[in-house]
Amino acid sequence: MNILRIIEQLSEVDADVLGRFDSRRAVFKTLGETAKKGALASAPIFVASLFSKAYGQTTAPSVIEVLNYALTLELLEEDYYKKMTAAGQVPTGAPAGAIALILKHETAHVKLLTDTIKSLNGTPVTDTDVKFKESLFPADYATQLAFAQALEDTGVRAYKGQAGNLMSNSALLQVALQIHSVEARHAAHIRTMRGQTPWIPASDSNLPAPLGPVYTGGIREDNVTQSNVNLTTQLGTTYSANDAAASFDEILTMAEVLDSSRAGGLVA
Amino acid sequence: MINSEATSFLGRTLRRRSFLRVAGATAASSALVLAGCGEDPAPAPTPDTTTLGFKQDDTGVLNFAYLLEQLEAAFYQKVVEAFPADFTAADKAAFLDLRDHEVIHREFLKFALSTNAYDAGLTTPLAFNFTAFTLTTRAGVYAAARTLEDVGVGAYNGLARRIANPQYLQLLAKLASVEARHAAFVRDQAEPNSFAASDVIADSGSLAGLDTVKTPAEVATLIASLLPVVLITDGLMLL
Repeated sequence: MNILRIIEQLSEVDADVLGRFDSRRAVFKTLGETAKKGALASAPIFVASLFSKAYGQTTAPSVIEVLNYALTLELLEEDYYKKMTAAGQVPTGAPAGAIALILKHETAHVKLLTDTIKSLNGTPVTDTDVKFKESLFPADYATQLAFAQALEDTGVRAYKGQAGNLMSNSALLQVALQIHSVEARHAAHIRTMRGQTPWIPASDSNLPAPLGPVYTGGIREDNVTQSNVNLTTQLGTTYSANDAAASFDEILTMAEVLDSSRAGGLVA
Repeated sequence: MINSEATSFLGRTLRRRSFLRVAGATAASSALVLAGCGEDPAPAPTPDTTTLGFKQDDTGVLNFAYLLEQLEAAFYQKVVEAFPADFTAADKAAFLDLRDHEVIHREFLKFALSTNAYDAGLTTPLAFNFTAFTLTTRAGVYAAARTLEDVGVGAYNGLARRIANPQYLQLLAKLASVEARHAAFVRDQAEPNSFAASDVIADSGSLAGLDTVKTPAEVATLIASLLPVVLITDGLMLL
């Protein structure tokens, strides 16, 4: 067991490894004290907690908080598609059929999440709490679709970002991921309605202001590196940045989604 | 505990073998401890000529995902090598994208699994059999792609709860939503506006609005005719 060497090895793949601890000095002070106490027998547990602190989310939200967050996004989407339907500019035929189907799914998600939160003795947010901001609702159909794309691609990123926080309840985790892939199907279809690729390449995804930040964040959608593997250069042959970025969707954290530059700014 | 041989072994392989464990090492701490001890990786399951088993742990889950990505990549590669005569330029461009995504998924999982990959010791990779599909027409190709992509989405939705490491879970979810985008696209091409039709997204009842879930055993049955081996998923089913 050589803790320092583990950190040294980590630093080869994560240059910021020491920055993840409280401070360089604190790490070595703690390590030194542990060694002094002769606690090598318990070192694995100590190392485990050290790395959990360094790499884990500082405070994981509760299951109810995660579900209410998801419900907030679903209510936002549901209200948006209701407004879009009411605005009457969606062409009849395939476009209207698609929007109606998507709205139906969002309504089902709202009901499912609401019922689940109640069954867990939580208090669900409601449609009186969450509305799409009327003043931001686009006047023309093309921009309405662009907002829909932003909402769906945000939804995919948001659910993905919470998967780890639902691991304590495997049934809920599975349901969340069953919603996650529905949002991805919606996103793919809306993107094709806009003449975009169904997947998200590294190149500009062509959303008008103020929707650009949908694809930014701590891990941007044009990211081509997964688990420190650069997909464009390190997989034996080279792949384009567009293919590398499109083959993996990225997360947004709760804070990023609720930021006023993203979905948070669309809630009335 | 550390000798010089183990040290150089680790120095050489950490970046490769332990990528997933090291990057964002939330729950990977025990794996890191093992790395510090110079522990050898658990042996990969050894396929014989007729069956392929999966371990009852994260490497088993990742190997199952790896096999699915191999299957999808092989399918798209086959189509790309001989496009149907009625494929449009747009169809061809989309299939090149699809092929590239699945090859990247496959190669990424192979790289991450390294010696834990089920086929790391095989001299020739598994050969898949697509004769059940009609790959000479646009309609046949999209119908086949729809089958494979829908299975893929259901499979990932069924694997997520079986994984123990949150970093791996996140990686599977990153792949899963791309598979769902693929599924939506090929479904729309096979039949307009069927991206989330009621055969995959329940229309009513307690599952309304939810995508499919397939257990590893169900997936094994669904893809059995395409494989040269029988998949043994008992271990995964216990997860």
